Amino acid sequence: MSTGAQTAGGFLLPAVPFLVALIGLVLPRAPRAVAAALGIAGAAGALLIAVVLAATVNGPVEASRRWADLGDLPVTFGVRLDPAAVFVAVAVGAVALAVQVYSVAYLADDDRYAPYAAQVSLFTAAMLLVVVAGDLIQLLVGWEVMGICSYLLIGHDRRLPEAPAAAVKAFLVTRVGDVGFLLGIALLGVKLGTFRITEVLAGVPRLSAGELTAITLLLLAGVAGKSAQFPLHTWLPDAMAGPTPISALIHAATMVAAGVYVVARLFGLFRAAPVALATLAVMAAITMLLGALAACAQADIKRVLAWSTVSQIGYMSGALAVGSPPAALFHLLTHAAFKALLFLAAGAVIHSVGTNTMAAMGGLRRGMPVTFWTMTVGLAALVGVPPLAGFWSKDEIISVAWAGRADGPAPDWAAWLVWLSAVLTVAVTGWYATRLWLRTFFGPPRGPAAEHPHEPPRAMTVPVVLLAVPSALLGFAGLAPGFMHRLGFSGPVHLTAALFVPLLFVAAGVVTAWWLWRRDPGTDPARALGPARRVLAEAFYLDAVQDALVVRPVVTLARAVRRTDETVVDGAVEATGRGAGGLGALLGRAHHAALPRAATAVLAGAVLFGVVAVAAIAFGGAR
Amino acid sequence: MNSGQALLVATLALPAVGAFAAAAVPARLDRAGRIAGTVAAALTFVASLLLLSHGTPGGTGPIRPWHELNQPWVPGLALRFHLGVDGVSYPLVALTALLTLLCCGYTLWKVPEPGRGRLLVALLLVIEVGILGVFEALDLVLFFVFFEIVLLPMYAVIAVWGGEERRRAARKFVLYTLFGSVLLLVGVFVVVSKAGTADLIALTGGAGLPRGAQLFAFTLLALAFAVKSPLWPLHTWLPDAHTEAPTVGSVILAGVLLKMGTYGLLRVGVGVAPEGARWAAPVLGALAVAAIVIGGLVCLAQTELKRLIAYSSVGHMGFVLLGIATLTATGAQAALIGNIAHGVITGLLFFLAGAIKDRAHTGLLPELGGLRETAPALAGLLGYAAIASLGLPGLAGFWGEAFAVVAALRRGWTGLAVVAALGAALAAAYFLRLLRQVTHGPALKPLAQPRLAGAELLSWGPLVVLALVLGLVPAAVLNLSADAVRALAEVVR
Repeated sequence: MSTGAQTAGGFLLPAVPFLVALIGLVLPRAPRAVAAALGIAGAAGALLIAVVLAATVNGPVEASRRWADLGDLPVTFGVRLDPAAVFVAVAVGAVALAVQVYSVAYLADDDRYAPYAAQVSLFTAAMLLVVVAGDLIQLLVGWEVMGICSYLLIGHDRRLPEAPAAAVKAFLVTRVGDVGFLLGIALLGVKLGTFRITEVLAGVPRLSAGELTAITLLLLAGVAGKSAQFPLHTWLPDAMAGPTPISALIHAATMVAAGVYVVARLFGLFRAAPVALATLAVMAAITMLLGALAACAQADIKRVLAWSTVSQIGYMSGALAVGSPPAALFHLLTHAAFKALLFLAAGAVIHSVGTNTMAAMGGLRRGMPVTFWTMTVGLAALVGVPPLAGFWSKDEIISVAWAGRADGPAPDWAAWLVWLSAVLTVAVTGWYATRLWLRTFFGPPRGPAAEHPHEPPRAMTVPVVLLAVPSALLGFAGLAPGFMHRLGFSGPVHLTAALFVPLLFVAAGVVTAWWLWRRDPGTDPARALGPARRVLAEAFYLDAVQDALVVRPVVTLARAVRRTDETVVDGAVEATGRGAGGLGALLGRAHHAALPRAATAVLAGAVLFGVVAVAAIAFGGAR
Repeated sequence: MNSGQALLVATLALPAVGAFAAAAVPARLDRAGRIAGTVAAALTFVASLLLLSHGTPGGTGPIRPWHELNQPWVPGLALRFHLGVDGVSYPLVALTALLTLLCCGYTLWKVPEPGRGRLLVALLLVIEVGILGVFEALDLVLFFVFFEIVLLPMYAVIAVWGGEERRRAARKFVLYTLFGSVLLLVGVFVVVSKAGTADLIALTGGAGLPRGAQLFAFTLLALAFAVKSPLWPLHTWLPDAHTEAPTVGSVILAGVLLKMGTYGLLRVGVGVAPEGARWAAPVLGALAVAAIVIGGLVCLAQTELKRLIAYSSVGHMGFVLLGIATLTATGAQAALIGNIAHGVITGLLFFLAGAIKDRAHTGLLPELGGLRETAPALAGLLGYAAIASLGLPGLAGFWGEAFAVVAALRRGWTGLAVVAALGAALAAAYFLRLLRQVTHGPALKPLAQPRLAGAELLSWGPLVVLALVLGLVPAAVLNLSADAVRALAEVVR
C-alpha cells in the first residue's frame, strides 16, 4: 500500500464517522432503522479502514496541508500515522462498533435514539481525529469535541435527575484541565513557531529546561482532566449517569484513553522533562490506589467499574512516568477490550435486573450464563489472572517500573513509587473484582428482579462475546516480536521470577474477598472494611473538597462581581446621569425668575461685561 | 466610475433607497413596505458579495483597498468622499449585509409590538447605511459622520419596539454612546488639525503626528471605541440595551454594531496613532482580560436569558480587544475572525433567546426549563449556539479566542494569557449552567408554539451553517485579511 493511500486512509478515518454524524444530527427525526444503519456503518467503516492500515503501516507516514495562517503562525491539517496510532484506531473502531450494535437493543424504547447514535458517531470521529492528528491545534479540536460529546451523551437519560449535573461536571472538570492544555500548546507554538507534531518533537532541543517543564506540566493538566487522573478524576464516577454503552465508549477506547495516548505521542517532550515525569508518577501512584480503594466500597455495579477505570488508567500513566509509552499503549489496548466487555456485560445485567445496585442482585449465573462467563473473562483480565490479556500488559508495566528504578528518564524515587503503588493496587483490584463477581452472580438472589434473570437480545450478547476474544487472547500478542516492535518495545515480553510478586498479591486479594464472602454468602464483603467503608465509598470526600475549594468560592465570587458591577460600575454611570439631571433642574429653577428679578439680572450681567471689557482695554493699553 | 466603485456606492445607496421606500409606504400596506425593505437588504447583500472579486490591489501604502472611490465632498474644508474595502473591512461588510438581510427577513414573519414593521425595517436599513459606511470610509471625518448616523435609529428601535424598560435603556444607550462620540469627535479633530489631512491611508502609520499628539489622540480614540466595543468598565449601557431591544435590534447591536468599536480601534486608533497604541497597549490588554473574567463571572450569577448573552458579549469582545492590544499580526488576525465569529454566533443566540422569550413569555432562567421536552429543535439549536459561543474548537468561536491567548503569550503577557484562558473555562461554566436551566429537567410550562416556523429556520440557517464552516475553514476569513494585517503590523512595529 502506497504512502499516499495510507495517509488518505488516515484522513478518512475520522471523516467517515464525522459525515455519518453530520447526517444524523441534521435528521433528528430519522426512523430508527436509518439511524441505526448510519451509526453502525460509520463505526464499521472506520474499523475497516483502521484494520487495513494496521496491516500495512509500518513506519511513520505523514501528510499535511496548510489549514490557516494567523499572522506568521501556520496551522496545518494533517495525519501522522505510525503503528501505535493505527492499533489504537483499531481499538476505537472495534469498541465503537460494539457500542453502536449494542445500543440498538439497549435503547430500544428511547425516542431520542437517532440523535444519540449520531452523537456516538461524532464521539468516535473526534477520538479518531485525536489519534491521527498531525497538528496540535487539530488534535485540540478532536480533544474538545470529545468533551462536548461526553457532555451530550452523559446527559442523555431524561429519567435520571442527576444526569444533567453529571454531564456538566464531566465537561467542566475536563475543561479546567484543558486551560492548561491550551496554554501548553500555545507556548509550544509561540516558542517553536509551529504546531505540527513532527516539527514540535524535532524542536525539543531548542527549548530550555524551564520552558520544557512549564509546557509539559501544562499539558499534563489537560491529560489529568481527560484521563481522569487525580486530582481531576472526580467527573468519571458521576459520568455513570450516562447510558451504559456510553460508559463503555468513554472508559474503553475514547476520552480517558486520549490523555494517555497524547502523552505517548508527545513523549519526546516529556522524556526531556524529569519534573513533569515525576509529577506524573505521583499522580499515577495516587490515582491507581485511590481508584482501586474507592472501587472496593461502591454499591453500584457501574461505579465499581468506573473507579476501576480510574485505577487502570493510573497504571498507564505510571508506565508513561517511568518512561515506557509502549507499555502504556499495550495496557491501553488490552484495557479497551476488557473494559468495554465489562461495561457492556454490566449493561446486560442491569437490563435484566432493572437496577444498578448489587444489593438487589445475586445468583445471576444460572439465568444468564453467557453474561456470567463473559464477565468472568473480563474480570479475570482486569485482575491480571494469567494468561488473560490484562495479566501481560499489567505485568509489563510493573516490570518497567521495576527496571525504571535504576535507569529511566524519571527520578529513581518516582519509579519506586509507581512500582509500589502498582503492586499494592494489584491486590486491591483482586479484592474488588472478586467482590463484584460474587455479589452479582453467586449466592441467593437478593431482589425480586434477580429471581428470574434472562439474557438480553442477541444484539447485546454478540458484541459482548466478541469482545471476550481479545480480552482473553490479546495478551499473547506480547509474545509476538513483530507486534511488540511495531508498538515500540525492544522485544517481546519476557517472563521473569519477579512476576511472582504481583501474582502473590493478586492471590491475596482474591482469596481475602472470597473468604469474607464464604463466611456469610448473603452479606457484602465490604462490611469488613468497618468505618473505612464510608470513606472509601465517598472516595475520600474529594468531591466535597473540590466543592469547597473551587465551586463554592467561584460561585460566591460571581455573585459578588455581579453585585459590584451593578451597584458600583453601573451605579457610577446612573449616578452621573442623575447628578446631571439634578444639576439641570437646579439651574432651571435658578433661571425660573419673575420679570423684575430677571431684568435686574440681565442688567447686572451687562454691567459686569462692561467692567471686564474696560479693565481688559485698560490693561491691554498699559502693556 | 468602474464596477468596484459602483458596488461601493451601491452598498450605501441601496439600503438608503430601501429605507425611504419602506418608510414612504402608507400604513395599510405595511407588509409591502417590509417586503420592499427586505428586497433592498437582499440587493445590498448581493452587492457586498460582488465586492469580493477584485484584482491585485495596487499601491504600497499600509492600506491597499481592493476597490476605492475618492471624490471631493466639501472642497472648502478639504473633505473627501473616500470609500474603499480591503481584507480588514470586507468580512465585516459582508457580515453586516448578511445580518441586516436576516433581520429584515425575520421582520416579514414577525413584527414586535407595537407593529408598524415597515418603519422598523426602514430604521434597520438606515443603521446598515451607517455601519457599512463606517467599515468602508477611508476619510476620518466621513468615518465620524457614519459613526454618528447609527446612533439615533438604534435609539428609536430600542425605544419604540423594546421591552418594558425600553425608554430608560434607550436613553442610557444614546447618552452613553454619545459621550463616546464626543471623545471621538475631539480625537478626530486633534488628528486632522495636527496632520493636516483626514485621509486614512495617508494617516495610517502615524506619519506626521508628533508623539505627544499621538498619545493624546489615541487616548481619546481608544476611550471612544472602548465605549462602543464595549470594554470594561465602560460597558454598562450594553446589558440594558440588549435586554430591552427587540430581537432584531439585539441581533444587529451584538452582531455588527459593537464591531464598529473594535474595527475603529484597529483601523483608526492603532493605525493612526501607533505610537500611542504601543504606549497604551498594556493597559488595554489588562482591561480586556478584566472584561473577559468579569463578564464571565457576571454571567455565572446572571438570572435573565438575554442579559446573560449580553454579558457574554462583554467577555467575547474582551478576547477581540486583547488580540488588538497585543499589536501583533497574530493578535489582529485573531481579533478579526473573533469579530466575525461573535457576530455570527451571538446573532444566532439573540435570535434564539428572542424566540424562547416570545414563546415562554419570560426570560428568567429559573422559570424556564425542560425546553428539550417541549421544543426539541429549539433546544438543540440553543445547545449548538451555546457550544459554539463557549469556543469549542471546530466551531467559529475557537479561533479568535485561542489565538488571542497565543498572541498574548507571544507578546510576553504570560499572566494575562493565563487569566484569559481561565476566562474560556468560565464561559463553559456559564453556558452549561444556562443549558441546564433552560433545556434540561422537567418542562415547567407549555410553550405557545413548540415547533419552529419556516421563517425562523430561514433566518437562522445561514448563521448555523456559518458557525460550523468558519470553524472548519477559518482560512475563508483569515486569507482575506492576511496581507492587510501584515501591512498594518509592519507600520505599527
